[in-house]
Amino acid sequence: MTTSYKGIAASPGIAIAQAVVVKQEHYVPVASTIVDAQAEWQRFEQALQAAKHDIERIYQLTHDKLGADHAEIFEGHLMMLEDPELIESVALAIKDEMLNAEFALHRTAQQFIQMLLELDDEMLRGRASDIQDIAGRILSHLRGVKHIDLSALDEDCIIIAHDLAPSDTAQLKLELVRGFITEAGSRTSHSAIMARSLELPAVVGVGQAILDVNNGAMLIIDGNKGEVHVHPSEQLLAHYEAEKLAYDAKQANLRKLVHEPSISTDGHRVELAANIGKLEDIERALQNGAEGIGLFRSEFLYMSRNTLPTEEEQFNSYKYALEKMNGKPVVIRTLDIGGDKDLPYLQLPKEDNPFLGQRALRFCLANPELFRTQLRALLRASVHGNLKIMFPMVAVLEELFEAKHLLAEERQRLLEEGIAVSDHIEVGIMVEVPSVAVSADLFAQHVDFFSIGTNDLIQYTMAADRMNKSLSYLYQPLHPAILRMVKMVIDAARQHGKWVGMCGEMAGDQNAVPLLLGLGLHEFSMSSSSILAARELITSLDQSQWSELAEQALQFTHSAAITQFVQQQLQR
Amino acid sequence: MVSQTYKIANPTGFHVRPTKTFVQLASTYPCKITVHNKGKKANGKSSLTMLTLGITANDEVLLEVEGEQEQEALQELGKLLTAIYE
Repeated sequence: MTTSYKGIAASPGIAIAQAVVVKQEHYVPVASTIVDAQAEWQRFEQALQAAKHDIERIYQLTHDKLGADHAEIFEGHLMMLEDPELIESVALAIKDEMLNAEFALHRTAQQFIQMLLELDDEMLRGRASDIQDIAGRILSHLRGVKHIDLSALDEDCIIIAHDLAPSDTAQLKLELVRGFITEAGSRTSHSAIMARSLELPAVVGVGQAILDVNNGAMLIIDGNKGEVHVHPSEQLLAHYEAEKLAYDAKQANLRKLVHEPSISTDGHRVELAANIGKLEDIERALQNGAEGIGLFRSEFLYMSRNTLPTEEEQFNSYKYALEKMNGKPVVIRTLDIGGDKDLPYLQLPKEDNPFLGQRALRFCLANPELFRTQLRALLRASVHGNLKIMFPMVAVLEELFEAKHLLAEERQRLLEEGIAVSDHIEVGIMVEVPSVAVSADLFAQHVDFFSIGTNDLIQYTMAADRMNKSLSYLYQPLHPAILRMVKMVIDAARQHGKWVGMCGEMAGDQNAVPLLLGLGLHEFSMSSSSILAARELITSLDQSQWSELAEQALQFTHSAAITQFVQQQLQR
Repeated sequence: MVSQTYKIANPTGFHVRPTKTFVQLASTYPCKITVHNKGKKANGKSSLTMLTLGITANDEVLLEVEGEQEQEALQELGKLLTAIYE
């Protein structure tokens, strides 16, 4: 009979194979007094050397099998094994306190783990598990027990364990492992990250009962839903076998599109870009086939800190992003605070209607010195890649002129100081305020591009606070009012030879993409995870046909009718 | 003894890779190398203690070097603290 478990969906996909249950005993050394400190110290040194040999072998194995990036973690482990402070602390405990090596090591490792766990930086806190891993390995050698050995697998299997450390997963014969299930862990634990980078399904945090599954039991992992089925019924098995085939085929097709251009069946090319909020997001964007960054939210540089970022700090971040994107376009939006985003250290006065208040460009123009600092940093970074500057929340032309004037002044100053600035930086504006959408023809000659910010454009068009749950029914991206504004912007831009992008949620919406393509949108910027599916869709569509269909869609009276129309056309 | 304060320029902070580079270079010098940050101090030749400093972007860290080749060590290690890493 099928027994099912629910856990955290840590890595998507479906796996069907037999269980290999890794039993890990939980060993905590106890303190005891020794007589011969010299002998004890030698025992520790031998265990340390043996652990080093293990890690060197695992490093080599990983390097050959998965490449230098995956192997790097073990270089870190080797450094920890040679760490003078770690070794000295153990030596003192053995030689001065006459403690047994097991406890001396355990206590030292715990001290370091504790210190790391107290840090604010998530990445640094994560290093605690590396210390756990190396200490566990030395302990196994001290006690003469075998560290978990996963290298002996000989048929397709799904690994069930309490949790898996980096050095455990490194030894796996990956060609035989179909997925992971762990009792503990979260989406950010090592096994989860590893599974995602290897594209193996994983469910973590399933709970203790999973360890009672017998070796060899038939298992299904549903990494999409976070479910595990043990001894599945024939019916369930058949269902999942079919689903697995479909899912794997779909994924394989999507992965093939990573380095492909986004071209419709009739040869119309568009650009699929990523929205990012931190520098770390760039890597993920590239892995998901982003052809550029369509929205770099510069406000993250100003948040989670107590003072304004300096010109130098900002310059470093912009330069990093531009270089990492290696010539691909990077649209950086100047500071967008106010509304729901506050900077406590500026002590801004409270407003009755912050979304209708002094936010984004309005705030920057009222605080020109702060704005000039950002503009200088952007201009200086411009020589390091393909930078485009975008002003948010423009409502009237005067604001755009003033922003461009400040930009021109800072450019001139930099040039006079002998600092290089790129001479082809495109400057554009966000279309979020309806006044810009309906008079886009008046703005078009003064910008290089428009980027439609649909989340705000919808809220301002519908006069409905997007944070207000009882008004969520008014959040209608496919409402004719929104689509007509999108069309107005694109048509106006086209007449002036300018391009239009979109950087709201709508740009990655499978129902909206065909219409946007048909209306002539050039750049679609979305969360990295939506890019490949959007590319798959676009490469299956005929742009000129959707151009006509979009015209028809604009004549419907309700969003629901438009959605239905799009879905019907897609199924044809 | 020589010392100097450096501001961490790397925008993603001072994680495993920068720490590794720093410790590897520090270990080649005979002098004593100490790094201070936010009231904590670390042995510059120990990656574990360096990580526990919790250094993040724009932190101002004090580098203290004492002994043989101290001037050179200060200069070269200072460069690593203010470098940008991929």
